[in-house]
Amino acid sequence: MLLVLWIISVLTFLIFVKLPPGDPARRLAGRSGTPEVIELIQERLGLNDKLTTQYARFAKGLVPWPGLWLNEEVYFSYANNVPVKSEIVERLPVTFTLMAGGVVLWLLIGIPTGIVSAVRRRSAADRSAMLFALIGVSLPNFWLGMVMIFIFFYQLGWAPPTGLDIGASLPESILQGKFVLAWITVAITSAAFYARMVRGNMLEVMSEDYTRTARAKGLSERRVIYKHGLRAALTPVVTMLGLDIAFLLGGAVITEQVFSLPGLGEYALQSLSDTNTPGVMAVTIIAAIFIVTANLVVDVVYAALDPRVRYS
Amino acid sequence: MPEPLLEVSDLHVTFETDDGPVRAVDGVSFTVMPGETLGVVGESGSGKSVSSLAIMGLLNRKQADVTGSIVFKGEDLLTLPNDEMRKIRGRQISMIFQDPMTSLHPFYRVGDQIAESIIEHESVSKGDAHKRAVEMLGTVNIPRPDQRAKQYPHEFSGGMRQRAMIAMALSLNPDLLIADEPTTALDVTVQAQILGLIDNLKDEFDTAVMIVTHDLGVVAEYCDNIQVMYAGRIVESGDTDDIYYGPHHPYTWGLLQSIPRMNETEDRLTPIKGLPPSLINLPDGCSFAPRCPYSFDRCIREEPELLPTDGHHADACFLPLEEKERVIREELRVRA
Repeated sequence: MLLVLWIISVLTFLIFVKLPPGDPARRLAGRSGTPEVIELIQERLGLNDKLTTQYARFAKGLVPWPGLWLNEEVYFSYANNVPVKSEIVERLPVTFTLMAGGVVLWLLIGIPTGIVSAVRRRSAADRSAMLFALIGVSLPNFWLGMVMIFIFFYQLGWAPPTGLDIGASLPESILQGKFVLAWITVAITSAAFYARMVRGNMLEVMSEDYTRTARAKGLSERRVIYKHGLRAALTPVVTMLGLDIAFLLGGAVITEQVFSLPGLGEYALQSLSDTNTPGVMAVTIIAAIFIVTANLVVDVVYAALDPRVRYS
Repeated sequence: MPEPLLEVSDLHVTFETDDGPVRAVDGVSFTVMPGETLGVVGESGSGKSVSSLAIMGLLNRKQADVTGSIVFKGEDLLTLPNDEMRKIRGRQISMIFQDPMTSLHPFYRVGDQIAESIIEHESVSKGDAHKRAVEMLGTVNIPRPDQRAKQYPHEFSGGMRQRAMIAMALSLNPDLLIADEPTTALDVTVQAQILGLIDNLKDEFDTAVMIVTHDLGVVAEYCDNIQVMYAGRIVESGDTDDIYYGPHHPYTWGLLQSIPRMNETEDRLTPIKGLPPSLINLPDGCSFAPRCPYSFDRCIREEPELLPTDGHHADACFLPLEEKERVIREELRVRA
């Protein structure tokens, strides 16, 4: 795991230093940037040091030790002179809220739909559910986001304006309904995907021999479906869910951008366009940590669900 | 004369498919008496498994068209609503299946799975149900049943899993146990153990048993009566001695001939020539006629009925009795 993270940090560094979309020094210098000023800034930021030295500096800031982690000497945003750590601390809850609401919504929609579809296979309910699922999976989420804003904000006035109000705390913003459309946007694509997956898994499980045995024992259909069927069908779903959560925590970049939600994803995008190397490094590593951790957690949960996978 | 436990009359099971209706069971009638062991023999596609599923009520009635009657202890199971059938299934009639590897749920402990069926049908506490589950595991000769009950199916060997299935099936003392190819997926040595186990337990629990198999060797030792199925119909039925020593149907002859003899040297096996017919396009007359070396005119035009010759030895063949006896005497290598 540490090896993976280390490799990611090296690669990210190389990509953003070797192939910079712009010179951070030049940008910081601004309009009045004489060559001397730019020189000076480059010196200050350590941009003229050897690559290994520069990398070492960044790497030191990625060690999760108090004092070292995202330390302010190195991890100072090139763009707005704010320490990266405080930016991230501010933005993480926003991303988390977006993720949490979306996840809850899509599980509530997707899983029952999948079950009903599978149990009433080929019925009208099944066919229409799968049609909506197909549409949901095919809609690009930036398009969906914008359409939602257009209909529910501009046309109907039901939703508040996008973006969080300055000075409003996160709970206040949630209550203002700032996240609702974003949640729905995040949820629709995933709900569709999960509904299809649950349906597929359920159909497979329901035709397994052990389901037939359960019926042969005279168990009620409800018990057969939920206790025997669902438990087996959900294990791949749990795996997917863990990875989806990690992915979203790394920043639902597009959705955050469309709804002007200041989360990690939006920060990543900003840092890229501002050539804010420390910002980019920090967000990438954090996202990577989430994903690597999620992989481990998912493995553990899978073993908890499926006894065949456990280490004896 | 005691009452029959199970009386199947004119059972037809047809599956609608895109290519046409598949007549998986095409007019099957038979009886099972209490405590009897019936062997149902036939190749794949003969309708033997589907008949069993029909008796258990495990056929999806939206996909399968089931007609006829299945009278169990006086009640026609085909007319019962699902809730009523559920009470019978697992409790009065239970079934074990071919592949023990996949027949138990991989996520739940074996003891729990056995207890589950006890709890479903009887109002006992969980603790009592578990105790009974452990007892049953002991009855099927699984060593250390208390430990094993807490284990998962993947920790059991194939033979042990099948024993666990038998334990589960007999835990509620059913009147009829249907064993669908119970030993096909097991090693030969284990097969003998499992069949012996079923044989012992059926007396202990006073259960009638239907063993469905393609293996004539399996039924020889353990069955009182045998019925031979082909293309969805019963072509011969009778007690074990009749079928083995005095069979009256060419298909049965073919089956017996094809068994390799371990005490002789043979260069080649003697299979039955040809293939079973498509269940969508069954021939007009006898379904076996196209493959039968003894067929004649009538066989192709008319469908023979299952008629008794003596006692309850019945066969569905137009050959005259003398001809059949001649074949038995002269052409079959009858075991001494």
